[in-house]
Amino acid sequence: MSSTPNIAARSRFAPSRDAMQALYRLLAVALLCIALTALSDVFFTTNNILNVLRQTALLFLMASGLTLVILTAGLDLSVGANIALSACLAASVIKATGSPLLGIATGIGCGAAIGFANGILVTALRIPSFIATYGMMWMLTGITYYYMAGDTIHGFPPEFRQLGSGYLLGVPMPVYVMVLFLLIGWFFAQRTIWGQQIYAIGANPVAARLSGVPVERRLVLVYAVSGAMAGLASLIILARINSAQGDIGEELTLPAIAAVLVGGTSLFGGSGSVAGTLIGALFLTLVLNGMNLLQIHSSWQPLVTGVIILLAVWIDNRTRRSDA
Amino acid sequence: MSAHKLTPASMSLARVPGVAIVLAILCATFGVMSPGFVTPANISNILSQSTILLLLALPMTLIIMTEGLDLSMGAVLTLASIALAITVVATGSATLGFLAALTVGFCFGLGNGVLIAALDIPPFITTLGTLGIAQGLSLLATDGQSVVGLPRSIEVIYSGSAAGIPLPVVIAALAYALTYALLYHTRFGTYVFALGGNREALKLAGISVRGMLIRVYVFGGLMAGFAALLMTARLNSAHPTAGIGMEFDAIAAIAVGGTSFERGNGWLFGTLLGVIAVGVLRNGLNLLAVPSSAQVTCIGAIVIIALFIDGLRGDR
Repeated sequence: MSSTPNIAARSRFAPSRDAMQALYRLLAVALLCIALTALSDVFFTTNNILNVLRQTALLFLMASGLTLVILTAGLDLSVGANIALSACLAASVIKATGSPLLGIATGIGCGAAIGFANGILVTALRIPSFIATYGMMWMLTGITYYYMAGDTIHGFPPEFRQLGSGYLLGVPMPVYVMVLFLLIGWFFAQRTIWGQQIYAIGANPVAARLSGVPVERRLVLVYAVSGAMAGLASLIILARINSAQGDIGEELTLPAIAAVLVGGTSLFGGSGSVAGTLIGALFLTLVLNGMNLLQIHSSWQPLVTGVIILLAVWIDNRTRRSDA
Repeated sequence: MSAHKLTPASMSLARVPGVAIVLAILCATFGVMSPGFVTPANISNILSQSTILLLLALPMTLIIMTEGLDLSMGAVLTLASIALAITVVATGSATLGFLAALTVGFCFGLGNGVLIAALDIPPFITTLGTLGIAQGLSLLATDGQSVVGLPRSIEVIYSGSAAGIPLPVVIAALAYALTYALLYHTRFGTYVFALGGNREALKLAGISVRGMLIRVYVFGGLMAGFAALLMTARLNSAHPTAGIGMEFDAIAAIAVGGTSFERGNGWLFGTLLGVIAVGVLRNGLNLLAVPSSAQVTCIGAIVIIALFIDGLRGDR
């Protein structure tokens, strides 16, 4: 869309503005918590808080990889379908070998391979990312349904189930995985050259290429990471619900995209952060959890998620315009 | 996006063989592999089944020519079909039902157009959001159940025929003629070409880019409403997942038909051939008893191959 103004001037003022934006978002989360506490007796109980944290962790893991993709001004619509195939393959491997480690390797490996394929479609074949990953989504859905043929695989070893439903010091395991990847994601994006190159590609791909950034290789990396994170998320779902079906994870693509956008990462690339996505994931989880507690029919969920996506992009557009 | 040169006539001619060859190969393959393929009944079947897809693919071609996309079309089709069925069951009037379907289509088309043109939200994310909204409304309106109990007057729209030609084929032919006239013989059509290839020129000529974009999406919504009539008649019911993913078949047909996703270069006749190719593929795979899950994978692969070839053409 509009050309990037003065990058140097922008980054000098960026921290304070970004901090304000993050503050607004935290405020929204806090207000949501207060409202839910007032509306529902169940919300502010230890059980429900832990449940919210566990769901936030799941959504964050999916959305963190997606954040990197959106930072490059791309999109990955295949994350939900990726989760389905990765979970089903991992489930088969665990059933066949009895080894959780092999299952984990399969889930993450399958996810990464799908992401790598997306990266190739976007870079080498130069297909726009939203259409390439949309095609990938349908291909994966087809493969998964064909592979599962309506079956369910269930019953996994207890040590594998720890990953999704276990606790350590009273805190669900997925929360530790989330914190770990939040730190890795923050360090990678903010403190490494590769991370900064990803921001540069999103802000201005031509300038990035001219200043020697290997744009194609970084893009492939970003899509592969997004796929691998979807693979990881699939394992956590699998360990938690203890069964795999062809439609597992299907409904998670929209919330994951919404989490990234609510977290302040711009669809136009170059601005946003993995930490922001954590706030976005928390916000989305609170909304969906609150709707459950208030016994609002689950049919409302895609509708509400759709509206949140549109509002988030609209607000982002407005703030970008007032900056310019 | 990238600013490639616009060369309509030469591009179109260069593409004639592509989609025609695909279609010929598909027909030959299925003709050899399955004996039931080349029968008058089956061919008429393929044509009838392709009509719903054509009604979506025609406006989608125009939308893609403006460098846009409408991912919500399948979900809007579904919601319109549900609105139609509920209205007909409640009032007994097919006309009111049809109006309800058109209203749903119009509202979503207008909503998409306003969000994209006036609020500057990228098309793929706008329509992803409205997809969620339409899908949610469909589930809410039906509670996940089918809407049944439609009178025969609805079913006849799909199964009937006029002068020996199936009625849906007549409707699709009219829709094609209308879109063709709109795209190639009106000022609106010229603006659609310019929206994709040369938006600046349109602005300089004093044309409202926003107004034109909104009209393109409204056209898409209305055609989805029309398609809902055929789909409801075909199923003789409405179901909240009936049209999910139809937009993907439409995108596949357009990609195979040679419309470019990056340069605002569209070819309506190619879309027609592409729709028939997708219809032949689905029908042939059905005859060979290939599960629908594997069919979706095939179509996904075809989209990617077609876009890859499109990318190669762009390099020259």
